[in-house]
Amino acid sequence: MRFTLKKDKSGVVIVGVEGQLIVGNRQELKQKVLEALEEGSRKFVIDFSKTGYIDSSGLGVLVSLSKKIREQGGELRLAGLNADLQTLFELTKLDTLFAITGTAEEALAAF
Amino acid sequence: MRLDVPSDLGMVGDAVELVATHLPPGTLSPRRISFNLRTALAEALGNAIRYGNGEDPDRMVRVYVELRRDFVRIHIDDDGQGFDSSRLPDPTHPDNLEREYGRGLFVIRHLVDDVAFNEKGNGICLTLRAG
Repeated sequence: MRFTLKKDKSGVVIVGVEGQLIVGNRQELKQKVLEALEEGSRKFVIDFSKTGYIDSSGLGVLVSLSKKIREQGGELRLAGLNADLQTLFELTKLDTLFAITGTAEEALAAF
Repeated sequence: MRLDVPSDLGMVGDAVELVATHLPPGTLSPRRISFNLRTALAEALGNAIRYGNGEDPDRMVRVYVELRRDFVRIHIDDDGQGFDSSRLPDPTHPDNLEREYGRGLFVIRHLVDDVAFNEKGNGICLTLRAG
């Protein structure tokens, strides 16, 4: 499991989650995003197209990051959820909290 | 299959993979192993380590996997004092939606076919029926 981080030409930070987002690695994701936020980035896309599963700790860190990014006047979008992950967001009603798109490209276009 | 997991949250991912990759094919579909079992087991292990054992390195979480033709049953026991699972708030309530915690058991209940606790509340049993 690993996180990749890159910026597109308009400064949007795209974070890729490869493997899983769970209790054991959620702090690493949080740290990477908060560092980018401190450096001045305000637009974020988290790409789950290579993510196998997310546990509730992973969902929780997304909720926390969304709040912090919004407090700084920024915006977070989620992309690439497979059918099972989409179901997870729907059953926890977190699909009402996040802007979710099918692909990272769609998320970038929506900014 | 039996596994003793140190009370280190960083071990959850590896422990989940160890169980998931050693399940013989047939009882559960690849999708249910890939998503339902992995997610529910990660949840239960995380809870046992964090809330049950308080991330105490001297305590272990004990995992026992029962394999039958019709189901897979996973027992996860910690050394904690136990807790009352009936007193958890609804994480989908609008007042709770922006909380960082409180979704674990809710997620488990929706991903497996049956959830049972031992009397003390420091052991959880997850059952996934065949399919």
